[in-house]
Amino acid sequence: MATLTHHHEPVANEHLEVKPSVQRTFTTIIVAGVIILAIGLLAAILGWGGHHEASTHLPAAAGHAAENEGSPIWAKRLLVSLWHSNVFFIGISVVGTVFMAIQYVSYAGWSVVVKRINEALSAWLLPGGIIMLVVFFIGRHDIFHWTHAGIMDPKSANYDHIIAGKSGFLNMPFYIIRMLSYLFIWWTFSQRLRQLSLQEDLNGGTGYFHTSITTAALFLVLFAVTSSMAAWDWVMSVDVHWFSTLFGWYVFSSWWVSGIAATTLIAIFLKQAGYLRMLTSNHLHDLGKLMFGFSIFWTYLWFSQFMLIWYANLPEEAVYFNQRLGGFDGRYTWLFYGNLVINFAFPFLALMTRDAKRQMIIMKIVCIAIIVGHWADFYLMFMPSTLKGENGFLIEIGVALIFLGSFLILVTRRLAAASLVPVNHPFIEESVHHTT
Amino acid sequence: MTKRFALGIFEDEDVLLHAIDNVRGAGVKIYDVFSPYPVHGIDDALGIERSRLPIAAFFYGMCGLAFALWMQIYMLGFDWPMIIGGKPNIALPAFIPVSFELTVFFTCHGMVITFYTICKLYPRIKTPVLDARSTDDKFVMAIELDENSSQLPQLTQLLRTNGASEVNQKEMTKF
Repeated sequence: MATLTHHHEPVANEHLEVKPSVQRTFTTIIVAGVIILAIGLLAAILGWGGHHEASTHLPAAAGHAAENEGSPIWAKRLLVSLWHSNVFFIGISVVGTVFMAIQYVSYAGWSVVVKRINEALSAWLLPGGIIMLVVFFIGRHDIFHWTHAGIMDPKSANYDHIIAGKSGFLNMPFYIIRMLSYLFIWWTFSQRLRQLSLQEDLNGGTGYFHTSITTAALFLVLFAVTSSMAAWDWVMSVDVHWFSTLFGWYVFSSWWVSGIAATTLIAIFLKQAGYLRMLTSNHLHDLGKLMFGFSIFWTYLWFSQFMLIWYANLPEEAVYFNQRLGGFDGRYTWLFYGNLVINFAFPFLALMTRDAKRQMIIMKIVCIAIIVGHWADFYLMFMPSTLKGENGFLIEIGVALIFLGSFLILVTRRLAAASLVPVNHPFIEESVHHTT
Repeated sequence: MTKRFALGIFEDEDVLLHAIDNVRGAGVKIYDVFSPYPVHGIDDALGIERSRLPIAAFFYGMCGLAFALWMQIYMLGFDWPMIIGGKPNIALPAFIPVSFELTVFFTCHGMVITFYTICKLYPRIKTPVLDARSTDDKFVMAIELDENSSQLPQLTQLLRTNGASEVNQKEMTKF
């Protein structure tokens, strides 16, 4: 059924019919997430597992926890993991549009067969943005140290002069304005490119294509700035005393490679369900090359950040890796190294040969590894700074599964809303005949 | 040694690709095809096997990595240990940039040297050109003939029917 050889047949519309079994799978993912979340919450409330022991054995950590205003640990974990998974999925969502925009600007033809998947990924932007705002308003004190009352007030007992020095950037009105602008820009441009593409399906002609190029170019300029700033705001300001100048790129590369993996994975699932007849091993090969290359790019940024901090060994910088490498009784150490194995060593070795990139099964495994791996990468960015030694996995995985199921439902709905093949795209023939 | 060739001259890349399929389908062995620029898909059409150069590259890279690690560990750890910035003598993160560069260095040089050796490219090489127009705007398909050029009439017929604008015979020494 799903062969990856060339099809010599005319380009035609393909409409995705979402089977009940697929809907059931998505629901099952959500239900599994809810169950795991419930068990996790129960465990955290009743104090199963090691967190309590750890905090009683460490008077310093307990004292630190006491001075934080904040919710009980189960609520804190829930809020932080909502923020964590949402940042991850919003990133994947916007990367769909970024990928498409880059293809437009570079006049690339090969990727037209997966264009509708890129468009569909952005279906999560609106709900994701709303969740983000809600979680920020409810849970900002548990996620962001800089939002604590009095922390920027010299008269307060909570005063922290380092954080107060950043008040020009990290203050509530400006932060919210920025968050809304990023989401608004990403959402508007995603919608605009999607509409142009749908109208092109109906009316044909090259006009939509040229308008899309202009739109895409503008979006890429704005995204270059907003993605970096979103990374500072949403991820780096969690560690408010600490900073890294390449953090914006680091987060972007993580989003970017997971977004490409998500596109590829959806393409493979559609192919195996008998859709995307025009997709051949040549397209998979190119997607695989991008995943291979950007996994190395992510590692390059990871290492550039790590090595300078390790070498200079300045306390205010090194604390970030101290916490992750051996801090809190070494509870993050395995993740720290596992992160490098799953996001660098595995894709690097598995996708090295040409044959590997051209086979669905290997690509599928690597895509899943990359998506899980970069979710864990974000876990490692958030948890040591927010939950310190009280992190766990059940709540976090439960939340992630609920997000995954909802994300898939929305993306599939948008995939089914239009033809899977943009039949009137000027480069569709080039894409069908693409060889590498 | 002298060799004789039938040269089919083609004007168009798509015609050429179809002609290659048909000529090979008729059981004729194509010696080589000369084109002004790289033609997409011609390797598959001619049935040229994929290069094994990437495998060699992998091993050159491994050699480079091994050499770089050995060099740094031996020099900084054993031969002349120095404490730099309070780090251990054998501080692996500091070795990664050099290891990376030497891996790339060994891979690149190994690949270039291997490639040139396999292709017998060396300074002052004399390249026989079967038809000078293949460096300009024509595609040239060369088919080797036997000593009496006995297949030439059939080949002319075959190439003509597959879109060759002309078919010539050419003798070459020093192949």
